[in-house]
Amino acid sequence: MKFIRITGLYIFIVSVLLSITTLFMGSYTLTSSSIEEAFSGKKSRVSETLTVVAKENGLLNKTYPNQFSFMEDVKILLNKYNTRITDDLTKERGISSVEKERVLSAATKEGKVIYSQEIINQSLSENKAKLLHDGTNWMYTSNKTYEYEENFEKDLTDKINEINRQLAGEYVLYDNKYTRFDITERSATGIITNNKVLFLFLTFGLGVIGSLMYIITGLFLKPIPGIKNNGIYFNNAINRGWVGIIVFGFLVSFYVLLYFYPYIIANWTNIVDPLKSIFIKNGSASQWFLYGILYTVSMIVMGIRMFIKYRHNQYQIVRTASVLFFQIIFAFLLVEILPLFDLPGVDLKNAWPLDYNFLTDWNVKNYLEAGHLGKFLFFWGFILSLVVVPVLVYFYGKRWYCSWVCGCGGLAETLGDPYRQLSDKRLIAWKIERWTIYPILIFAIVMTIVVGMNTYDIIATPNNPNNHTFLGINAYKINEWYGFFIGSIFAGVIGTGFYPILGNRSWCRFGCPLAAYMGIVQRFKSKFRITTNGGQCISCGNCSTYCEQGIDVRSYAQKGQNIVRASCVGCGICSAVCPRGVLKLENAPNDGKTRHEIPEVILGNDVNLFEMLEENK
Amino acid sequence: MEHIVIIGNGISGVTAARHIRKLSDKRITIISAETEYFFSRTALMYIYMGHMKFVHTQPYENWFWKKNRIELKKAYVTQVNETSKELVFDTGETMKYDKLIIATGSKPNKFGWPGQDLEGVMGMYHKQDLESLEKYAPNNKVCKRAVIVGGGLIGIELAEMLQSRNIPVTFLVREQSFWNGVLPAEESEMINRHIREHHIDLRLGVNLQEINADEYGKVKSIIIKETGEEIECNIVGLTAGVSPNIDFLKGSNIELGRGVKVNRMLETNVKDIYAIGDCAEQHEAIGERRPIEAVWYTGRMMGETLAQTICGNPKEYTPGHWFNSAKFLDIEYQTYGWVWAKPKENEARFYWEHKDGKKCIHVSFDKNSREFIGINTFGIRLRHHSFNTWLNEKRSVDYVLEHLADANFDPEFYKQHEKEIITKFNTEQQTQITLKKRNWKRIFSY
Repeated sequence: MKFIRITGLYIFIVSVLLSITTLFMGSYTLTSSSIEEAFSGKKSRVSETLTVVAKENGLLNKTYPNQFSFMEDVKILLNKYNTRITDDLTKERGISSVEKERVLSAATKEGKVIYSQEIINQSLSENKAKLLHDGTNWMYTSNKTYEYEENFEKDLTDKINEINRQLAGEYVLYDNKYTRFDITERSATGIITNNKVLFLFLTFGLGVIGSLMYIITGLFLKPIPGIKNNGIYFNNAINRGWVGIIVFGFLVSFYVLLYFYPYIIANWTNIVDPLKSIFIKNGSASQWFLYGILYTVSMIVMGIRMFIKYRHNQYQIVRTASVLFFQIIFAFLLVEILPLFDLPGVDLKNAWPLDYNFLTDWNVKNYLEAGHLGKFLFFWGFILSLVVVPVLVYFYGKRWYCSWVCGCGGLAETLGDPYRQLSDKRLIAWKIERWTIYPILIFAIVMTIVVGMNTYDIIATPNNPNNHTFLGINAYKINEWYGFFIGSIFAGVIGTGFYPILGNRSWCRFGCPLAAYMGIVQRFKSKFRITTNGGQCISCGNCSTYCEQGIDVRSYAQKGQNIVRASCVGCGICSAVCPRGVLKLENAPNDGKTRHEIPEVILGNDVNLFEMLEENK
Repeated sequence: MEHIVIIGNGISGVTAARHIRKLSDKRITIISAETEYFFSRTALMYIYMGHMKFVHTQPYENWFWKKNRIELKKAYVTQVNETSKELVFDTGETMKYDKLIIATGSKPNKFGWPGQDLEGVMGMYHKQDLESLEKYAPNNKVCKRAVIVGGGLIGIELAEMLQSRNIPVTFLVREQSFWNGVLPAEESEMINRHIREHHIDLRLGVNLQEINADEYGKVKSIIIKETGEEIECNIVGLTAGVSPNIDFLKGSNIELGRGVKVNRMLETNVKDIYAIGDCAEQHEAIGERRPIEAVWYTGRMMGETLAQTICGNPKEYTPGHWFNSAKFLDIEYQTYGWVWAKPKENEARFYWEHKDGKKCIHVSFDKNSREFIGINTFGIRLRHHSFNTWLNEKRSVDYVLEHLADANFDPEFYKQHEKEIITKFNTEQQTQITLKKRNWKRIFSY
């Protein structure tokens, strides 16, 4: 048994090393067909022109040994392509600088500005006049006048540039992570793309087999159920030792690559293409599909570990089954399946403000363009955040979401479980927690209001695009900042990447705005509490040590006080590890006395309370 | 400002200090030679097992003491001078006090076994014992076998600790069954089974004859008195109970028995000197309790009570209904009220055991009045408040069992056994009680 366990560990390590190696295997060749596939979602002129530009610069059919040298040339290519296509389109349909001068001189007479639709019609051909009218009619409404010629010229120039850019817009290939990824993924050739299924087995397959061998043998090596936290603090991997540091480096690198440089891991997405093809014929996996697969598989494998480790604890079994269910069905399968029915591929359990793009224009459009069912799903998003979330928190505490449903929580409770003891229990950590999580909630609310107003404007008055600003904040900018700092850096890179350093719930504890929102409800208006069993606490500290949210559970239990804390996610591990049966997660009547009053003396000591009160008067 | 000096930074002394601070502005000093800061003694085992680090066993962060103006002094008291109200430390230094609280706890018993002071022989009580265990039994290469002498709570904890590092354990228990001076035969037998299930070599009804040394003065083997069998081992754990740690008071005028003699106000015979916790011995036992109670909870309760007295609110120590808990390897144990190892004359018993052999309850009640007396529960958690209330209200055993669901404290989704328990009770007692559904109003009516 021990042999199988160790073999499993080695198989797992080999699979990880092999996965890393695959990133450096094969080569990259830009061909007309790879260009066509990469930009099949765009107008055919894009790939045609790009092919031409590539050919002119000698980049077509050139083979590169790795993605980095490939990317050097792609950057140059994109630059040249964009210049070409913008020039072409301006020539064909846009307003040239000569035409602009014509309008300018027609509209300014002796230092005065007289701008109107007639002036446009006089100066330009019919198509172009319409373009300029649509873009600049606000400049000749009754309440808009120009005192100075310079101001007029500036507005007009800006608008014409914008119109030209918009004309080219659907043809321009911005040099961003998406473009880079699409073109790299399709240009990969060689051993990996020719043997996707084989490599899928050698990386993912072996990884799963190895880890299951390691995990399931535990059932035979420790045959008697019960809390077996033996050796956790001697283990290099989960006690901030060198293994932990390596895992930390690996996880952080993975998130950085996934979020910011997905083209580097294009081979991994190619490897999971066969899985994507289950949903779409000859499907090509994006980095998000890769992430979804990794996420779900990790949760399942480590969920099995949870089932084995806590097989004596029914609460843990039911809870783990629940997070697995919501991950597999809602976060993974439905996201893949809904688009097959022309519905937006959204995670229906992902509630605002965790889902920070809920009111972003493209997201709302996705819903509204998907028929009645799509509109209903949009409506459900509101119901979920504004009704379902607070009501269920009232009855069951925020655990119903955080440790039963949520994807972030699900990963934390399965993959992250071995790291739970690393959370900081000091009072200072609690102070920092309150100074980060609530400001982030406020940030999320402000961001949502600004973005929501922008979306409303876009949808209510589609022909009159405003300047995307509300309360002096640009909607796209604030959305981008939030997405970068909170959505990517905090939730991903720190939230998961730092498991081996900060424990498994640092995002949930310090960052998640939904957790903050539910925490406020839980603290002040909920039936949920962790009941302390009278005087039975022996202050041993297992509860605090294994609290992933860094709550000093013992400090309450040893006073005979129930635990009522905004941050408690109700994972139930404090109760599981307690050697004296002191803690119980309960939903009971919500009155202050029974919920969180501090008893004068701990149960068991019969100091007469009434007598004491009398004397103290 | 009155200076309260507390000798001992265990749960009793620290509880007293905390409550004195809550109630007053007196100057407080805690003296300990064991550790700088308070830690939970009950958690020492988890450090060796790798569940926790030492820092996790400290219930308060290090800044707590300064913030609450509780002075800490690391020193060993060798003498108490009652007339000059002065303590003498082993360094020769002295310290004045206005009121002195003795809370020095216990030390492991040694019964004069030959070889009991060899290298590799240890108790499991102080932090230093843990360090010595780490030294002599870091793994199963260095320590090929351990022998534990004495079948109490600390003995089984030590066995669990060594198990966690795969060190084979021979467990010598004087009694015919584990802890059967406290546990009734059924529970005791259940724990025997569980110990053996964990491949611990449990020897019942045997005594230690002697401990043999190798040429370096280290433990080599032990001899069992009854059989003469020699068992090779690298360490010997002596866990045959504890006794008050009061040797430094011999020669003072403080009245000593096995412990420091105190009255119900926790006062010694010397004015302004008090004793609490494991080291205190009541002149007369309170209720059914023993005069010396080496239990975490009673230490804490004495600390709470004495703080009242010292802060001008004189209170007798009146512990409420007896309760206790422990964990035997994987089986949790709680008890409320009294369930004696052997039923007293007026007592009747009801015992239910789950078919997996790891859960049971044992109820004691009055034969004639049917008043509930106490319950032992293994593998099922029960609510302290419920039993405290029922004992206060002198409920009948029938009432208690009818409302057993109110007292269930197992985590959610656990299988409930109350129905099965009541069916068995009805059959045995020829009663017709039915289980009442859990009711929050009743639960909170304490």
